[in-house]
Amino acid sequence: MTETAAIELRGVNKSFGAVHANKDIDLLVKKGTIHGIIGENGAGKSTLMSILYGFYQADSGSIHVDGVEVKISDSRQAIGLGIGMVHQHFMLVESFTVLENVILGAEGGARLADGTQRAREELYRLEQDYELKVDPDAIVGELAVGLQQRVEILKALFRGAEILILDEPTGVLTPSEADHLFKILNVLKDQGKTVLLITHKLREIMAITDEVSVMRRGEMVATRKTADTSMSELAELMVGRSVLLEVEKTPAQPKQTVLDVQNLRVTDSRGVRVVKDVSLQVKAGEIVGIAGVSGNGQSELLETLAGIRKADHGIITLAGNTLDLTKVSPDPAEIRGMGLGHVPEDRHRMGLINSFSEYENAILGYHQSEQYSNGWLLDRSAIKQEARDAIEKYDIRPPNPDLKTANFSGGNQQKIVLAREIERDPEVLLVGQPTRGVDIGAIEFIHKRLIELRDQGKGILLVSVELDEIRSLADRIIVMFDGAIVGEREPGADETELGLLMAGVEGERA
Amino acid sequence: MFENFQTLILILDSTVRLSTPLLLACLAGLYSERSGIVDIGLEGKMLGAAFGAGAIAYLTGNAWLGLLGGIGVAILLALLHGYASITNRGNQIVSGVAINFLAIGLTALLGQSWFHQGGRTPPLPKGGRFQDIVLPGAEAVKDVPFLGPIYYELLSGHNILVYVAFAAVPLTWWVLFRTRFGLRLRAVGENPAAVDTAGISVILLRYRAVIICGILTGIAGSYLSIAQSSGFIKDMTAGKGYIALAALIFAKWKPVNAMFACLLFGFLDAIAIRLQGQALPLIGEVPVQFFQALPYILTVILLAGFIGKAIPPKASGVPYLKERT
Repeated sequence: MTETAAIELRGVNKSFGAVHANKDIDLLVKKGTIHGIIGENGAGKSTLMSILYGFYQADSGSIHVDGVEVKISDSRQAIGLGIGMVHQHFMLVESFTVLENVILGAEGGARLADGTQRAREELYRLEQDYELKVDPDAIVGELAVGLQQRVEILKALFRGAEILILDEPTGVLTPSEADHLFKILNVLKDQGKTVLLITHKLREIMAITDEVSVMRRGEMVATRKTADTSMSELAELMVGRSVLLEVEKTPAQPKQTVLDVQNLRVTDSRGVRVVKDVSLQVKAGEIVGIAGVSGNGQSELLETLAGIRKADHGIITLAGNTLDLTKVSPDPAEIRGMGLGHVPEDRHRMGLINSFSEYENAILGYHQSEQYSNGWLLDRSAIKQEARDAIEKYDIRPPNPDLKTANFSGGNQQKIVLAREIERDPEVLLVGQPTRGVDIGAIEFIHKRLIELRDQGKGILLVSVELDEIRSLADRIIVMFDGAIVGEREPGADETELGLLMAGVEGERA
Repeated sequence: MFENFQTLILILDSTVRLSTPLLLACLAGLYSERSGIVDIGLEGKMLGAAFGAGAIAYLTGNAWLGLLGGIGVAILLALLHGYASITNRGNQIVSGVAINFLAIGLTALLGQSWFHQGGRTPPLPKGGRFQDIVLPGAEAVKDVPFLGPIYYELLSGHNILVYVAFAAVPLTWWVLFRTRFGLRLRAVGENPAAVDTAGISVILLRYRAVIICGILTGIAGSYLSIAQSSGFIKDMTAGKGYIALAALIFAKWKPVNAMFACLLFGFLDAIAIRLQGQALPLIGEVPVQFFQALPYILTVILLAGFIGKAIPPKASGVPYLKERT
């Protein structure tokens, strides 16, 4: 390990309007190391990396690459300086092939035919060197997420990246895919490349980085050698106070079955069977967790149970009422009326209307209830009063029901949705990705609230791609793969075993 | 039998003539929309170009200068659309509609104040109009049964812009799928952020697409005023820009499909003209309006999903915003 700096930032500032996203950031990344940057959502990590990649311009401060001060005013210059970036939301053209995506911007001639052969050979060499196997002629949109990410890494390497920035790379991966990614990153490091890993997951930092820098509210608060620090120290640095990493809960006291799903089959708009004969039960007073890599039917299962999607076949019994999901046209309101609450996976797409005020969002879907109406009109003062109560109870910040939800952080938005669904006192709560894009402080709160709800004797069906979350919250874990339930385990089950189940290779183990 | 064949050839011949402006405008829209800029202003650009070409061809007596003038006007309007929708990230539909209104009003106003003929340009002098080209050997094979009339009537005897339009189809295909520019153009219409992070300017790329759109609508408009007819007439595009847009959707944004869609719509138009005032056996007289409405009806049916899905470029109509606000 050499001691020269691959990247050095001095006094970098960046504001978006009134938001000071980066304040006087100093950062030194040593050549040939894996350097982690950790911080909560909204701490300014992504902004900082976007400045480094020329996507945004810093308001002030300087950037040095290999000891030379540089100006990076667009991505082309960043690429020229040997900086490559794998974005959290992939920058891929889904209708293109892998090869087309890789050569985009470096085609090697005005006619595509001029450069493709050379590009093919180069891709093959990169595949061999870095264990990055992908079929160059596959359509990117048809690839699994893990493979799409490899395409992103290949893109950067193809353009000669010496410094690779990865922004939250494991959010979409299975544990085994993540392990493979880390292997690749280590190979990259061994070949002298520098890796900057942006994440909010403490375990990843501990597992793979050499050094770690912590950001909090736009500031760089500390840099440590990974070997000299601990998860709890990092968590405290991130949040600014000590946090509980483990969820405290007593053993579940399951009672009668409140949700019974029989032989649910769902076909999506492409005509693909996405949920295959799923049967499951949720009892009052327990949390059933559905683990699985994203895209294995969990989303469709949730949406069907919530009445948003139509089933081909399937009967549910909800708090004593039986409903044939094929007979009814999907009607979320009817199912809600039977005692079901739904915290959708994607709060931006389904949970909130972000251009509406907080108090309006707080009654979405329940706006027909009599308590909010004043004859034909909405009773605004009643709605606002209730919104204020929820704001206080769920510690939603800023405590202003008139503010548009777009102006709340991810964690606070999630609390708004959660408050809306829980306060209706449902018998069964469907929860999808409750802590996606939510900061540690809010995660702690949300987890506690869900456990409380369980202890009040409600049934909770939890879908999450965060295996850690499932393991710490659920009383039973059901694993889904390719639309079917492939196994049920205790929360204490071995992580590798669950990982294998999630990857669909249960046969070899069981 | 022979008479029917002759009639068919004549209908097909006018199909080619009527499809030409549609095809040029449709390809123009294809470049623009493939880059992510929705262009409902094809109609206005064509109309502006038709006026520009008519006026300049009349004044100079030169069809080529007229064509250049037409293209110039269309490019200016295209740049206006670009400035509104690319640089200032405005609503592309609004900008396109505004351009259509601008063209309708401005051509009539300028036409009246310059030429005093109620908004039309005076008939073109000789040389101001593109003449039909007789392909080599057309006269010789004219009387050969079947193949003769096909070559003489259908393939030969069109003006240069017709051949330009049909040559633009394979050329567009090649540019789109075989060149670096085409790859980037398709990419920017699908995911501009991917193009941006690859170090390519989204703005420049989209401006280039919009300018190509201007050139092609310029040729389309010029065709109307200085090739198909001799001089500009008020509102002479008569909705062809919208039909071209319908054809583009019908063609699912693919160049070769676009040609067939435009030929189909041109064919319907040709039949409508042919059947004007004639009674069909069994059905009786069919109103011309029915055939005029057919392209739109077909497109609506298509959009309703009966003929398969038409999926536009993913980023079309969405202004590209790099920094969050």
